[in-house]
Amino acid sequence: MTELRQRVAHEPDAPPEDKESESEAKVDGETASDSESRAESAPLPVSADDTPEVLNRALSNLSSRWKNWWVRGILTLAMIAFFFIIIYLGPMVLMIIVMCVQIKCFHEIITIGYNVYHSYDLPWFRTLSWYFLLCVNYFFYGETVTDYFFTLVQREEPLRILSKYHRFISFTLYLIGFCMFVLSLVKKHYRLQFYMFGWTHVTLLIVVTQSHLVIHNLFEGMIWFIVPISCVICNDIMAYMFGFFFGRTPLIKLSPKKTWEGFIGGFFATVVFGLLLSYVMSGYRCFVCPVEYNNDTNSFTVDCEPSDLFRLQEYNIPGVIQSVIGWKTVRMYPFQIHSIALSTFASLIGPFGGFFASGFKRAFKIKDFANTIPGHGGIMDRFDCQYLMATFVNVYIASFIRGPNPSKLIQQFLTLRPDQQLHIFNTLRSHLIDKGMLTSATEDE
Amino acid sequence: MLELRYRGSCPSPGEAVSPPPREGEAAGGDHETESTSDKETDIDDRYGDLDSRTDSDIPEIPASSDRTPEILKKALSGLSSRWKNWWIRGILTLTMISLFFLIIYMGSFMLMLLVLGIQVKCFHEIITIGYRVYHSYDLPWFRTLSWYFLLCVNYFFYGETVADYFATFVQREEQLQFLIRYHRFISFALYLAGFCMFVLSLVKKHYRLQFYMFAWTHVTLLITVTQSHLVIQNLFEGMIWFLVPISSVICNDITAYLFGFFFGRTPLIKLSPKKTWEGFIGGFFSTVVFGFIAAYVLSKYQYFVCPVEYRSDVNSFVTECEPSELFQLQTYSLPPFLKAVLRQERVSLYPFQIHSIALSTFASLIGPFGGFFASGFKRAFKIKDFANTIPGHGGIMDRFDCQYLMATFVHVYITSFIRGPNPSKVLQQLLVLQPEQQLNIYKTLKIHLIEKGILQPALKV
Repeated sequence: MTELRQRVAHEPDAPPEDKESESEAKVDGETASDSESRAESAPLPVSADDTPEVLNRALSNLSSRWKNWWVRGILTLAMIAFFFIIIYLGPMVLMIIVMCVQIKCFHEIITIGYNVYHSYDLPWFRTLSWYFLLCVNYFFYGETVTDYFFTLVQREEPLRILSKYHRFISFTLYLIGFCMFVLSLVKKHYRLQFYMFGWTHVTLLIVVTQSHLVIHNLFEGMIWFIVPISCVICNDIMAYMFGFFFGRTPLIKLSPKKTWEGFIGGFFATVVFGLLLSYVMSGYRCFVCPVEYNNDTNSFTVDCEPSDLFRLQEYNIPGVIQSVIGWKTVRMYPFQIHSIALSTFASLIGPFGGFFASGFKRAFKIKDFANTIPGHGGIMDRFDCQYLMATFVNVYIASFIRGPNPSKLIQQFLTLRPDQQLHIFNTLRSHLIDKGMLTSATEDE
Repeated sequence: MLELRYRGSCPSPGEAVSPPPREGEAAGGDHETESTSDKETDIDDRYGDLDSRTDSDIPEIPASSDRTPEILKKALSGLSSRWKNWWIRGILTLTMISLFFLIIYMGSFMLMLLVLGIQVKCFHEIITIGYRVYHSYDLPWFRTLSWYFLLCVNYFFYGETVADYFATFVQREEQLQFLIRYHRFISFALYLAGFCMFVLSLVKKHYRLQFYMFAWTHVTLLITVTQSHLVIQNLFEGMIWFLVPISSVICNDITAYLFGFFFGRTPLIKLSPKKTWEGFIGGFFSTVVFGFIAAYVLSKYQYFVCPVEYRSDVNSFVTECEPSELFQLQTYSLPPFLKAVLRQERVSLYPFQIHSIALSTFASLIGPFGGFFASGFKRAFKIKDFANTIPGHGGIMDRFDCQYLMATFVHVYITSFIRGPNPSKVLQQLLVLQPEQQLNIYKTLKIHLIEKGILQPALKV
């Protein structure tokens, strides 16, 4: 990661043909050959150096290697501080930030597609890609809003109709985009257009679904958002540190700078970090409680009775560790056990997301997805390891932590026909009586 | 659709891949592409032509061999080639329609298997095209991975369907209980294994190819597998929701072709030069009428109208129920202008017939866009047909291209306008909750039902 990043000052959107010969100082793996026929596969020009002038001047006397190190370090701290500020600001701001990150990632990947396929000449396509992004976001946000703001939605008449026919409206919007695509097919550009169509859809699949799963996790409780993301970030940093100091055996041909020492060291460090972080966070209600929308105050509240997961319990330490630590029992939050699972996933499988992104960058001969963050590359470069984490956390919560959302169930129940409602009610009643939760006597409350 | 379908005796798809340096000299021999210069070692740069700006640089993919059975060929050898083609198409059309009826007769389970079979075949056809386009037969890992992803996604969808509809059956078996409870996790783990295998299988110099095939596989899964599962969900709603849409699309195909054949004059869209406005509009009206009549005929029978249920006592599917109001005759007063035309005050219709008008309209107006999409796709990749499974018609995908959007539309239509959430699913989810949550919900529901007057407070039901 400490490659030289000399960048020649280019305009960001210039057509690639003029720049291909001079853009890249170093690309991992194959370098582009320069015959005519391979014009398209030449490395794409990198955008201008975005390091702020301030930093440039302050570090101008250091050697370029250390300068790079410092730029990365400062930006890392800046991003982490930014993260803390947003957490402080609350779930609504977090939601907006997630959405912005999603849009930026989409923009970056689509721009790469345009550059690869030189499809700037098809302006319809940019409109269509953004239109599809809008449709899919509308669909997902509509579902989320309907779930979590149920009472608000029921009150307002237009919102109620929109939510009742939500799927139909989303499908219609998507269909319009599909028909526009078919009508926009131009002779001699069919393959290009189909590629861009496929590219757009795969990008939507990756970026938008993940971001919505992140928001779902967020609504479960901010701890389900913060701990996984921090574990991935920690794994990134720790693996880098361990690799820097102890790295010797290469891990995978795709990313020659990753080493086994970094990988394993990062794994243990992340598990420990996850345990500590969840211990600290489980104490605070604002992190642990599901985010709810309060109708009276018209705002988000995170106030509740913490569930069992977040109450200290005594665990007996198995004999093996007992002799090492010298304690018989330990008080932990059950959530910390779950955090071990989350950290393990973040360290073992999360990097595959990073390798996927590395392979992608090599396949399309780009150094970074974009150049938004000086020293780090684009937003996608920072989030590549997070790809799978959000889905994993969501699946984990759905499988192991909680069942279906009770308020959603009530909402679905209320849309059924009266005879169906009665049938379900009676079945539930007999089930509860069987379980002994309900006796016929208590029916009379 | 009356193009001549002569096929030269080319090698079958399995051997159609010529080694890369000769790709420029394939069937369309006059296509001198940039690929002739890629005798260099960097195979990745072969994709100059894949990412080329215009389609004219792309060589044609050789077509597969002619598969018309010998019997047919002999019987029709006397006719001129144009009529011979017509007869082959006609006979195959009738064969397919009879096969369709036969399977309907055999019941919903067979229909489900048929849908699954078609889905697998469509997937196979599209993936084979991808292999040929990218000459990726040299990467055998990829075929395994594509089929593995197909299996994963099918497992995920079928698991969700089984859990919903066979709740009683599933409750009995212990292992199935475990699988259902952790179904999402298991499916995700399976998918992840495939994802990691993909990442580990990335080979230097083949990165771009592998990413293309990865994306190709995923988009194909998105199109074929999700649609087929929506078809099956529609089927479980009641066979009529499966039959009427599919027949409307088929009818639209046939009648648009006939109208175009007899009256066609104004071309419809540059993509498909044989489609005409006359065919389009004529097909629209005849499909609406056909849908109307088919809905009327089918609504009478419980077999078609009832949701498919699995009865644990008889261990089979049953379609027996009290038909819902949609399928009970009602009298409607005709609006004045229709009154004058038909000279009747009222008419008795099934409400479903009104819905069938919506379905037929969609099938005729938007369904063809699926066909144009497939035509554009075939032109983009310079193939004549998706495959050559059905003599005279092409591959399975060629027959089903107009159905793409229909299944999704019917599903969305049903969930938006016909029924709310599935009651058994709601019940199943209720039973999975924690007992305290169940108690809370029970209390909330009780209050609600009493308010609405559905439940009498003093009555112990």
